[in-house]
Amino acid sequence: MRITVSVNGQPYTRDVEPRLLLVHFLRDELGLTGTHWGCDTSNCGVCTVRLDGVPVKSCTVLAVMADGHEVTTVEGLERDGELDVVQKGFVECHGLQCGFCTPGMLLTARWLLERDPDPDEGTIREAISGQLCRCTGYENIVRSIRWAAEAQAQAQPQPQSQAQAHAPTDAEARQ
Amino acid sequence: MSYGRMHRKEDARFIRGRGTYTDDVRLPGMLYGAILRSPHAHARIVSVDASAAEAHPKVRAVITGQTLAGLGLAWMPTLSQDIQAVLATDKVRFQGQEVAFVVAEDAYSARDALELIDVEYEPLDAVVDARTALDQDAPVIRDDLEGRTDNHLFDWEAGDRARTDAIFERAEVKVAQDMLYPRVHPAPLETCGAVADFDKVTGKLTVWCPTQAPHAHRTLYAMVAGLPEHKIRVISPDIGGGFGGKVGIYPGYVCAIVGSIVTGRPVKWMEDRSENLMSTSFARDYHMRGEIAATRDGKIQAIRVKVLADHGAFNGTAQPTKFPAGFFHVFSGSYDVEAAHCEVTGVYTNKAPGGVAYACSFRVTEAVYLVERMVDVLAAELGTDPAELRLRNLLRPEQFPYHSPTGWEYDSGDYPRALRLALDMAGYDKLRAEQADRRARGELMGIGISFFTEAVGAGPRKHMDILGLGMADGAELRVHPTGKAVLRVSCQSQGQGHETTFAQIVGHELGIPADDVEVVHGDTDQTPFGLGTYGSRSTPVSGAAAAIVSRKVRDRARIVAAAMLEASPDDLEWSDGTWSVVGDPASGKSLAEIALAAHSNLELPDGVEGHLDAVTVYNPPNLTYPFGAYICVVDVDPGTGQVRVRRFVAVDDCGVRINPMIVEGQIHGGLADGVGMALMQVMAFDEDGNHLGASFMDYLLPTSMECPSWELGETVTPSPAHPIGAKGVGESATVGSPAAVVNAVVDALAPYGVRHADMPLTPANVWRVVNGDPFRTDLAIS
Repeated sequence: MRITVSVNGQPYTRDVEPRLLLVHFLRDELGLTGTHWGCDTSNCGVCTVRLDGVPVKSCTVLAVMADGHEVTTVEGLERDGELDVVQKGFVECHGLQCGFCTPGMLLTARWLLERDPDPDEGTIREAISGQLCRCTGYENIVRSIRWAAEAQAQAQPQPQSQAQAHAPTDAEARQ
Repeated sequence: MSYGRMHRKEDARFIRGRGTYTDDVRLPGMLYGAILRSPHAHARIVSVDASAAEAHPKVRAVITGQTLAGLGLAWMPTLSQDIQAVLATDKVRFQGQEVAFVVAEDAYSARDALELIDVEYEPLDAVVDARTALDQDAPVIRDDLEGRTDNHLFDWEAGDRARTDAIFERAEVKVAQDMLYPRVHPAPLETCGAVADFDKVTGKLTVWCPTQAPHAHRTLYAMVAGLPEHKIRVISPDIGGGFGGKVGIYPGYVCAIVGSIVTGRPVKWMEDRSENLMSTSFARDYHMRGEIAATRDGKIQAIRVKVLADHGAFNGTAQPTKFPAGFFHVFSGSYDVEAAHCEVTGVYTNKAPGGVAYACSFRVTEAVYLVERMVDVLAAELGTDPAELRLRNLLRPEQFPYHSPTGWEYDSGDYPRALRLALDMAGYDKLRAEQADRRARGELMGIGISFFTEAVGAGPRKHMDILGLGMADGAELRVHPTGKAVLRVSCQSQGQGHETTFAQIVGHELGIPADDVEVVHGDTDQTPFGLGTYGSRSTPVSGAAAAIVSRKVRDRARIVAAAMLEASPDDLEWSDGTWSVVGDPASGKSLAEIALAAHSNLELPDGVEGHLDAVTVYNPPNLTYPFGAYICVVDVDPGTGQVRVRRFVAVDDCGVRINPMIVEGQIHGGLADGVGMALMQVMAFDEDGNHLGASFMDYLLPTSMECPSWELGETVTPSPAHPIGAKGVGESATVGSPAAVVNAVVDALAPYGVRHADMPLTPANVWRVVNGDPFRTDLAIS
């Protein structure tokens, strides 16, 4: 099947098998190996990417389902040579060790901060609860996301109104 | 100047998705492999017909056990002097065992072709329960071994049996408890895999794979396959977690290599999660009976242990050769006992081979769990507070270096200080008061303590080797003319941050910024020989090598500085990162200045080579013995058996901390692992040997919701055996924490008369325990 998927703002048109998973499309067809694969069963979440803004597990999405949609991967977080605040937070608070779950965690963190610019610990833990990390015991991931929330608030005097404008609706989130 | 918190150098690539893990390696013309696996736990192979798969238009090769037998590669040595089938020829001996390997143009086609291979099996009865493996009528699993008529693997003992038994005979108080440390899996988020590229023209084999021990892999490939070792290059790129599971050589690696030799093209093989959980090793699976002899006033006199060890179908346990039960015999733990003795019997069963050191420092976690559970059983028997009982029996600071009754020499420690700090941090007395209040209201709250002594950093060559390879590590340090340095080490990070920590060690020794030190690792063509990263050995062994090689560079720099200062080397002193004439700090020459001079036309004394580069091999004089005190607080729902970990206090002493941020991160991860093992993780089997935990839907790992916010404390007791006083820490928390969680849950269930319950303490298991009807967590056989 011929599909066109926008990835990190760039459209890609490819002929793919209908059974091709989105994670393999990103990694093997586009060479975007920052998105990892870990379990096949949607449990580990290392393959998490954003599909039209919503975090999805790309091992459980067919590439053809992304036809005409927008995908954001970890490679799309850095803008014009400037790291996203969540990337800075993970460095600052040692939110990663082996780095394998990190891309998925970063994308969920970015999504969370758009929905809730000031999440408390419990909200952060719930947001990342569909993603496993075997190295950090989650402690420093939680701190990294808190750090990012605070850094974002400092950088943007009116973070809440801006964030709400960008936040996906609940209906979108349920897709 | 370079110790302390420092952001990791590794992070820059990982946060951008620019790490290079094995599955990210792409080579021109690369083919993809997939493995056909046995659906049976035990069956005779009648026939394998691969003709339909071979006819698949995208298939380039099908390799079977017979193919490998023709090359002499159907079997390979394990890490424990046994052999393991690469691809089965005669029988399959566990569910998921490798039977055939397909090489195709793409990964999906390789999988498709597996369906086309027709294997006829004659199913046999399986040995699933280790406790029946030695029965007279048990099927013999390893009939491939000459003369083998049973499933007995080894008997091993340590300690003084006669003395221990004598103490038990006259002891005032004796307690005994059976307990299981269930079969678990390290389950790093990156599975295993390999990319093999054999160049027929040059005869060079390059293998990318996530190995924790790249040099050991290279040597084993040379020994097994007969390839010349200088023509083998093993590259261990970024690794997505290892935890001991990526030490050994798995059949898929050999298949990828053979696939590349057969097809003349690079071959990639990556296992999926089910393959990882079913076939790529396991850890623990120790059926233990512990006994303590004590006085009525709570002085522990002797400990006695019997272990039945389930080693699966091939003995692939990772441990130094002398020790078939790893370092289990450190089980007398942190206590001052007169005598101790253990007996371990290993058996074959129809389960996956392995016995990897899953963040356990070669079975120290089983040992710590045993003794810490037993101390709580004794506390219950005596009606003594478990904290008080521990304080009464812990080794005292003046007893170090301490010679344990089973032959260990603990290097340093102040155990009571660590436990008291943990009790203070937890607010222990208040917690006990709260518990009493809650109990009065019918609520189940538990407080669990665990004190551990680890034995890490294998190890002294005369005692420790793996397959005959001594456990010393090399290091090379080059200092460029402008004073920037490159350190090359044999160990390989799986997330531990060696590129940062080891740069800090060199920076500290040479008085240069850690940012001026590049650490090269994970490529056998680029690094000196060494045994790799596991058993928390990187800092104790390779880290020590990094310090020693830096000091060699510093000594060379001294001679050059003396020539620069027209002084005798004997008249120089090293301070503030410079060599200066004694009493004249202003004369100081920094390493960068000396390095430039060392490469210049400066006249040097006769016999002095110039340059500053140095090499070393570090043979550790002893292990290092980190220790710690952990306290866990849980709430148990009496209606459902659900356990919630409310708090976890962890005081660790790993000697000098090079980068405290990284140390704390390592501890956090290990604590989560301990909670997982105590409450969730188990690989059980049904009576036919079917694996009941073969996906992350069934093999549960802790998420952010099961983990509390960890409360860390530290004491620092430097190791006298290590050049910078550091001890290993990577596994401490995994070793120490499961007992704290289980002790807490058992404490919560004390109102029901519960003294022990086996891991994992799932709601169902807890509920059954409360109702006096516990089940075996390792078997789905009622």
